[in-house]
Amino acid sequence: MAVPLWLRAAAVIATLVAMLPLFYLIIRLAQFPLPDFLDTVFSARSARLALTSLTLTGTVTALCLILGVGLAFLVTRTQLPGRLILGVAAALPLAIPSYVAAFGWQSMNALINPGTSFEGFFAAAIVITSVTYPYIYLPVVAALVSVDPAQEEAARALGRGPVDTFFSVTVRQTAPAITAGTLLCAIYVIADFGAVSILRVDTFTRAVFTSFSMGFDRLGGVALSSVLLVFTLCLLILEGRVRRTGTRYSTMSGEGRARPARFSMGRFTLPILALAWAPVLIALAVPLSALLVWSLRGVSRPGSLGEIGSALLNSLWAAGLAALATTAIAIPLALWLARRPSRLARLLERTAYLAHSLPGVVIGLSVVMLGIAVLPALYQTMWMLTLAYCALMLPLALGPVLASALSAPPELEEAAQSLGSSPGAGYLRVTLPLMLPGILSGALLVLLTTIKELPATLMLRPTGFDTLATRLWTYTGGESYAAAAPFAAMLVLVAAVPAWMMISRLLKEVR
Amino acid sequence: MNATDHDTTMLQVSGVEVRFGDQRVLHDIDLSVQAGTTTAIVGPSGSGKTSLLRVIAGFLAPERGAVRLHGAEVTSMAAHRRSIGLVAQDGALFPHLDVAGNIAFGLPRGTPRRERRRRVAELLELVSLTGEHASRRPDQLSGGQRQRVALARALARAPELILLDEPFSALDAGLRENTRQAIREILRVTGTTAILVTHDQDEALSFADQVAVLKDGRLRQIGAPEEVYRRPCDVETAQFLGDAVLLPGALTAEIPGRLSAKAGAVWDSATPLGSVQVELVCPNLATAHLTVGGAAGQVMLRPEQITLSDQGVAGTVLSSQYFGHDTTALVQLEGVEAPLRLRQLNAVPLAAGTQVHLAVQGSGVFYPAFTDCSACAARPAPVSIIPRSAAAALVPATMD
Repeated sequence: MAVPLWLRAAAVIATLVAMLPLFYLIIRLAQFPLPDFLDTVFSARSARLALTSLTLTGTVTALCLILGVGLAFLVTRTQLPGRLILGVAAALPLAIPSYVAAFGWQSMNALINPGTSFEGFFAAAIVITSVTYPYIYLPVVAALVSVDPAQEEAARALGRGPVDTFFSVTVRQTAPAITAGTLLCAIYVIADFGAVSILRVDTFTRAVFTSFSMGFDRLGGVALSSVLLVFTLCLLILEGRVRRTGTRYSTMSGEGRARPARFSMGRFTLPILALAWAPVLIALAVPLSALLVWSLRGVSRPGSLGEIGSALLNSLWAAGLAALATTAIAIPLALWLARRPSRLARLLERTAYLAHSLPGVVIGLSVVMLGIAVLPALYQTMWMLTLAYCALMLPLALGPVLASALSAPPELEEAAQSLGSSPGAGYLRVTLPLMLPGILSGALLVLLTTIKELPATLMLRPTGFDTLATRLWTYTGGESYAAAAPFAAMLVLVAAVPAWMMISRLLKEVR
Repeated sequence: MNATDHDTTMLQVSGVEVRFGDQRVLHDIDLSVQAGTTTAIVGPSGSGKTSLLRVIAGFLAPERGAVRLHGAEVTSMAAHRRSIGLVAQDGALFPHLDVAGNIAFGLPRGTPRRERRRRVAELLELVSLTGEHASRRPDQLSGGQRQRVALARALARAPELILLDEPFSALDAGLRENTRQAIREILRVTGTTAILVTHDQDEALSFADQVAVLKDGRLRQIGAPEEVYRRPCDVETAQFLGDAVLLPGALTAEIPGRLSAKAGAVWDSATPLGSVQVELVCPNLATAHLTVGGAAGQVMLRPEQITLSDQGVAGTVLSSQYFGHDTTALVQLEGVEAPLRLRQLNAVPLAAGTQVHLAVQGSGVFYPAFTDCSACAARPAPVSIIPRSAAAALVPATMD
């Protein structure tokens, strides 16, 4: 069925609006004189930043790879006692935003070693690893579960032993998932702003933010952003390549599938249990217990409850607007992609994913410049903030909305027409009701993720508009842990919902 | 076309052509469907069946040609304004509505609730489902039940014509047979005109009053099931519609009292199985093409026409396969390269090496060697065989 012109037009316009920040950044890049631009990019400071950013990304990614793959293997392919509990616990750090974790570790340090400071490269590496490894752990678990046991059985029938089979068949089939997860993890680390700022590590994202907040060095900000853009693009291209070659490993899910072989750990069971649980427990217990202790002190401060309440309302208001706008943009694009994806539609989709992977500081900076230069009337209003959120969150809404659009095949609309409904009525009576669950879960995902967003919110919020995230940021800067902790706790609660949605899907697969 | 024809013609497709880019998927399709009858469009996958169905339904605009419903042109009318029902391959039931909601979907808006409920109950009964199915969700139904609900949903609006797009192909063998019979019976009882699209020749032959064979976007032959099976217009069609035994043969003498090279003419032919009576079926043959004793070609027989007898041409059994209800055997004849396949009902398999004698029951079809059907006129006219009695009456003028 052809995609109506109005739908295509709506999709193009909506997506272009959402992509405005990205395009504007590129326009501004082109406006600087080339020599100045090159001087900034290839300066000693820039080299220092690049070294720190890349070393941090490399260190964290390597640690996450070990943790993520190891835990995924133990959970899916061994007879370790309590492996399901371990499976859920290992995914839980997903619910702790990186800057909340950084705050948690720092405030824990303040409890145990008052007077010392917890900051610097290694602190950041540990903190970021503790909340980022699930990005490798989850896809690898899914891949290990979906390897068709029939292929492992075929290898066994051809004379390979269990360990040999694991390395020659299973690992080969999980390789694309591991690679994709690793690159995704690297993209997250390089984009991270909150944790490195709280722990005072000079990376690109922190430098971009500083250039914005200190006197607003536009050239510096844009030049550094462009380097970040290039790094991210490289990682994205690699990830896309892996994903494409990875699809051929996908297996059919048949009925009555055999269960995969599970290794017994024998006398190593206890040491392996300890080794597996230690990092998971540390990643969860350190920040959460610190939050709990400090929160109890924090809420007893006079006036704190009112402050928390108004920040929560502001968070909900800003994130609600973002959810509404982002979902509205996602619906026409999803219908187009589901029905007859043209090259243009695919291009729009890919651009949306690119903007999503860019650091929030880059998108934030671009919208700030756009506001000052082009739309001064809208600068520091909810409009500009919502625009930045749309650019950052569109793929989150697009995922579930697209899935639901695919579950409402065009044959159903044709059936409705053969039963006398006009095309418009057919859409309203058949396709929209079928897409509704996807639209709602897309909106919910955007809502909850937007509440956690820090850098763009800091740069674009209207004056005096404080959300949970910005309050936490302000109090952390002043090292008032007790005042900050309740906001951090609220953020963990909010982030727990989408994390739990992912974990429960995982649980169904592992069982 | 005369006046009475016009009154009973429900659907008239004329000169329809469809292109996808450079590719022509339908060439000059002419098809007419009489009210109250069932037509099967049969063809291998990729032959253009579904495109033709979508042109009729109104989901695909033809490049050229016209679609008429009851004589009124509907070629550019939107699908939802044509009174044409559609039953898709997997039923295309709305997953968010229960069975009753699906069936009532097409009822006019503002139909009172009681009337709605009455119609749903009536239609459920028609398709042999009970009231308790009314509140089920589509995913709680079996494949056969889903197709029945899809049919009930299409029938609810009492459409002029129902299109069935491979509706049985997703069902397993036993269920397919039952569902097919049930749906055929429902169509008969309600007097509904229907077009079935299928790639399964058995289904086409057993389901329809009229079979249209589609190949490479062209309609090769249209006729009654026994007509297209017994007298396929070319070798490809013969092989598509069932097992065909092809023997080298030459015309020997025209049986006195028959038309000559016209379609329907009956000749004798010399084949490795002896003298076999054959018919000419191609409407585009001319007398000049055929000379007694000179025209060589192929004689087509169906495997069940070749029987074992006490005398006749001798051959050796190569192998035999037992299917329960029937048995097939491959028999090698002297002087024929390819072994013959014959089918016997209710027989035990023959041991390889057994000597048998073969006889031919009924008449075969003769395809002259020079006939190149794909190069023949772009649109083979529908074959209409003159009944033998009528042909006999025409004899004296042309013969002698």
